[in-house]
Amino acid sequence: MTVLSIANLKIHFDTIDGTAKVLDDVCLSVNEAEVVGLVGETGCGKSVTAKTILGSLPMPPGKVPDGKILFFCDDLLKLNKHDRHRVMSEKMSYIPQDPMTSLNPVFTVGEQMGDLIRWQGRRRVGPLEFLGLRRGRHNAVAKAVKLLDRVEIPAPKEIVRRYPIELSGGMRQRVLIAMALIGRPSLLIADEPTTALDVTIQKGVLTLIEEKVEEEELSVLYITHNLGVARRLCNRVYVMYGGAIAETAKTKDLLRDPIHPYTCGLISSIPKLTGDEFKGIDGRIPDYIDPPTGCRFHPRCPQLMPICGQEKPELIEVKDDHLVACHLFSRGGGR
Amino acid sequence: MEQVLRRKQKGNLARAFYRFKKNPLSLVGLSIILVMILIAILAPFIAPYPGDSAGAVHFKQMFQPPSWKHPFGTDEVGRDVLSRVIFGSRISLMLGVVVLFVAVGVGLPLGLFAGYLGGKVESVIMRITDIFLAIPPLVLALAVTAVLERNLYNSMFAIAFTWWPWYTRLAYGETLSKKEEDFVEVSESLGASRTYIMFREILPNMTSSLLVKITLDMGYAILVGAALGFLGLGAQPPTPEWGTLVSLGRIHLPKMWWLSTFAGLAIFITVLGFNLLGDGLRDFFDVEVE
Amino acid sequence: MYMVLVLFGVSLLIFFLARVMPGDPARLALGPEATQEQVASLRHKLGLDRPLYTQYYVFLRGLFKGELGMSLITKRDVFKDLIQRLPATLELVMTAMLIAILGGIPLGVLSALHKDRTIDQISRIFAFAGVSFPRFWIGIMFQIAFAYILGLLPITGRISGDPPTRITGLYLLDSLIARDFPAFVDSFKHLLLPSLTLSLSPLAQITRITRANMIEQLRKDYSIVMRTIGMPEVVNIYKYMLKNAFTSTLTVIGLLTGWMIGNAFVIEQVFSWPGMARYGVNSVLRNDFNAVVGVTLVIAVGYVVINLIVDLLYGYLDPRIRLKR
Repeated sequence: MTVLSIANLKIHFDTIDGTAKVLDDVCLSVNEAEVVGLVGETGCGKSVTAKTILGSLPMPPGKVPDGKILFFCDDLLKLNKHDRHRVMSEKMSYIPQDPMTSLNPVFTVGEQMGDLIRWQGRRRVGPLEFLGLRRGRHNAVAKAVKLLDRVEIPAPKEIVRRYPIELSGGMRQRVLIAMALIGRPSLLIADEPTTALDVTIQKGVLTLIEEKVEEEELSVLYITHNLGVARRLCNRVYVMYGGAIAETAKTKDLLRDPIHPYTCGLISSIPKLTGDEFKGIDGRIPDYIDPPTGCRFHPRCPQLMPICGQEKPELIEVKDDHLVACHLFSRGGGR
Repeated sequence: MEQVLRRKQKGNLARAFYRFKKNPLSLVGLSIILVMILIAILAPFIAPYPGDSAGAVHFKQMFQPPSWKHPFGTDEVGRDVLSRVIFGSRISLMLGVVVLFVAVGVGLPLGLFAGYLGGKVESVIMRITDIFLAIPPLVLALAVTAVLERNLYNSMFAIAFTWWPWYTRLAYGETLSKKEEDFVEVSESLGASRTYIMFREILPNMTSSLLVKITLDMGYAILVGAALGFLGLGAQPPTPEWGTLVSLGRIHLPKMWWLSTFAGLAIFITVLGFNLLGDGLRDFFDVEVE
Repeated sequence: MYMVLVLFGVSLLIFFLARVMPGDPARLALGPEATQEQVASLRHKLGLDRPLYTQYYVFLRGLFKGELGMSLITKRDVFKDLIQRLPATLELVMTAMLIAILGGIPLGVLSALHKDRTIDQISRIFAFAGVSFPRFWIGIMFQIAFAYILGLLPITGRISGDPPTRITGLYLLDSLIARDFPAFVDSFKHLLLPSLTLSLSPLAQITRITRANMIEQLRKDYSIVMRTIGMPEVVNIYKYMLKNAFTSTLTVIGLLTGWMIGNAFVIEQVFSWPGMARYGVNSVLRNDFNAVVGVTLVIAVGYVVINLIVDLLYGYLDPRIRLKR
C-alpha cells in the first residue's frame, strides 16, 4: 500500500529579485514499511520537499502553484488547518535536522514530552488542564521516562528534569526521536537527522533510527546528502537535482548501476579508501529564479546534447523499478 | 555557461527601497515632518495674526470659539490660538534639534572612546553612564530644572543632560562590534591613528543606526520638552510653547476646550511624524534600535 | 553589590547637581526680594556655607539615618512626607503597569498571529498613536470625554469621601481589607483615568515588542517541530512560545517602569493625584531643595530595585541564564 504519494509538486518563492521556481514537478512515493531515501546536494530542494509535506514551509513567501500530496487518502494540500493538524499528528512524525535548535530552551525535557503525550493532536485544551490542575501530568512524565529509556538514554528519570542546554547534541537528537515516536506514527520524515552531529555520535543515532524503524514497522522518508547513509538505511532512493527527481531505483541497483549523469557524478564523488582519483561535478546548483531551460542539469552535464537545453526530460522507467529523467534514455534519445 | 549560472542581483539601494515601500506609513511621517518644518520656517507669513505669538492683548475678543476668523478660537486675552500654535512649531522643533545636537555631541564621542580605547577610560565612562541611567530621564530633567532659572533654554539643557548616556551606550555597543571587523584591523595594521580610526572608520559605519535613533528621539525629546513646559518648568508665558499652551488652557476647561486641544494635537502630529519616519528608516536601513 | 555602587554614584550626582550647578538654593527659595542677610542666614542654616565635602558627608550621614532634611514648604522631614505620599504613586504606577502588561501581551500575540492582516494594522496604528500622544494632553482629553461630557468618572483626586483606614496606603487594598465596598469602587473609579493615561504608551510598546518576539518565536525550529509533531496550537503558542517571548519582553518592562515613574510627574499633576511625583513637581516649582533631592533619590533607589527584580525574574524564567551562573 502507498502511504505517501507526491505528484507533480511545484513550489515557488516570491523574492525581491523575482519568483524562485524551486520545486519543479517532483514525483515520489513511499510504500508501507518502506524506507525511502531522498538524496541530493545542498540546495537541491530536499528540505523544501520535506517541509511542504510537513506543512512547515512558510507561505508566503512560498506557494504551491500545482501538485498533490496524497497521504493515505487525504490530499494534504487541500485539507484545512485543523484537519491537517489532526491527520498529521495521528499518522505522521518528524525528526528535525538540528537538535541544538529544535528543543524549546526554557522548558525541561519532561515537560515538553509530557505535554505532547497528553495533548498530541488535540485541537482544544481546557483551561484547567492547561494550568496542570488535572491529573495526568504525573502519568505523562512517567511515560516520557519509558520513552526515553527506549531510545537508550541513560538515567532517563534524571534527564526529564533537565533543560535542553544541559544535554549534548546526540542526547537531544535521541530525545527528539523519542518525541517523534510518541504518537505511534505510520510515516516518519527524517530531515538529515545526523548531519549536525559529531561523526562519532552519528553512528549511534543512525543505529537507533534503524532499530526503531524495524520495531515499529515505520514507513520513512529519509532525507540526506550522504549516499553512504542512504545505502545503509534505505530500500529505495530518489536522487534529486535542481528541484526535480533525476533518478530513482532500489538502493542496490542505483549504487551498482547508476544511469543519470548526475547520479554517476554523485557516486564517483564519494571519496574511497582505495585511493582512486576523487572526482566531483563541475559547476554549482542552478539559480532558481532564472533556471536553465530544458533539463536543469544540462549546464553541468558531461554528456550534453542539443535537446537538453530545449526540452524538459520526463521521468520514465528504463528498467524494473528504475526510473530516470534524462534525454539519453527518452524516446529518440541517444545510446 | 557562467552567464547562465550568474544573474545580476539587484543592488543594495534597490533592496532598501523595496523595504521602504513595504512601509507606506513612513512616507506619511516624512510628509508630516516636511510640512512642520515648512510651517516653522514660514510662520510669520502663514500665521493669520503674527503679532499674537507674543504678548499682544485684545480684550474685546477673549475666549472666542473656533470660527472662520479664528479657526482655533482665541485665548484668555483674545490672541489667535492658530497663530500661537503655528509659532509654537518653531520652539518644539528647535528644542528637539538642540537637545539632540548636544546629546549626540557629548554622548557619541564618549561611547567611541569607551568602546575603542577600553581599559580605564571604558570603565570610567560606562560607570558614569550607568549612574545617569539609574534615574528615569524625566525625573532627572526635573531635578536639573530645579536648580536653574525657569526658561526654554535651561529646559533644553536639562533634557540634553539626561539624554547623552543613551548615545554613549549606542556608540559603545556599535564600536565594540565594529572594532573586531576586518576594515578596522587593516587600518590598524597600516598604522592609522586612533582618532582617525574612531572618527573616520568606525563612526561612518554607525550612521544608519544613529540616524534611526535620532529620528525617533526627536519625537521623544519634543514630548519631554512639552511635558516640562506643561509643568511650568520650561518656556514661560507668553512664549507660545505647545506644552505651556495646553497647561494654560487647562484652567478654562471644559468650556474653553479649544485652548488645550489644538496645541496638544500639534504635539501629537509632530511626534507621530518622527515616529513613523523613524520606523520606516529602521526598515530602510535594516537596523535594530531600541 | 554593583547596585550599591551605582546608588552611591547616584547620591553623588544628585548632591553635586544640587550644590555645584549655578544658582543658589537659598536665594531661589527666598525669592529676589530677600535681603542679603536673610539669604546668608538661610545658607548657614542649611549648611551651605560649609566646604563641599563636609556638606556631602552630612548629606550621606542623613541618608543612612533615613533623614533627607527639612522641607521648606511642609516644615517636616522630607522622608516622612515621601513615605506618606509613596503609596498613591505606587498604586498608580502598578495599576498602569498591570493594564499595560495584561493588554499589551495578548494584543502583541494576536498581531503576531495575524501578521499584516487587519488586526495587525489596527494594532500598529494604535501603537504609533500610543507612543506619540503627549501624556498630559491625552489625560485632559479623557477628562473632557469621560468626566465632563459623559459624567462617568471623577475628574481629579483619589477618593470622594474619607480614605479607608490606612494599612498599606493603597486605597484599593485598604478598602478591601476594611470590607468597605463602596470605597473600593469609588477609589477604583478615581484610579481608572490616570492609570489608563499612564499606561497608553507602555501598552503600545509592550504590544510591539511582544509582536516582534512572537514573530521570531513562530519561526524558531522548536516551535515548528512542536507543531509538526502534533502539539495543539493553543499550547504551543500560549505556553511554549509565549514564555520565550515574554522573557525578552521583560527587560523592556523594567525600562518602561522607569518611564512610567517619570511620566507620573505629569499625570499626577493633571489628575491632582496626591502622590510623591506631584509633591516632587511642587517642590521644584517652589524651590524646595531638600524635597527635590529626596524625591529624586527615592525614585532612583526604587528604579534600581525594580531593575534588580527584573534581572532575577529573567534568570528564573530563562534556565540558560540561571545555569550559566
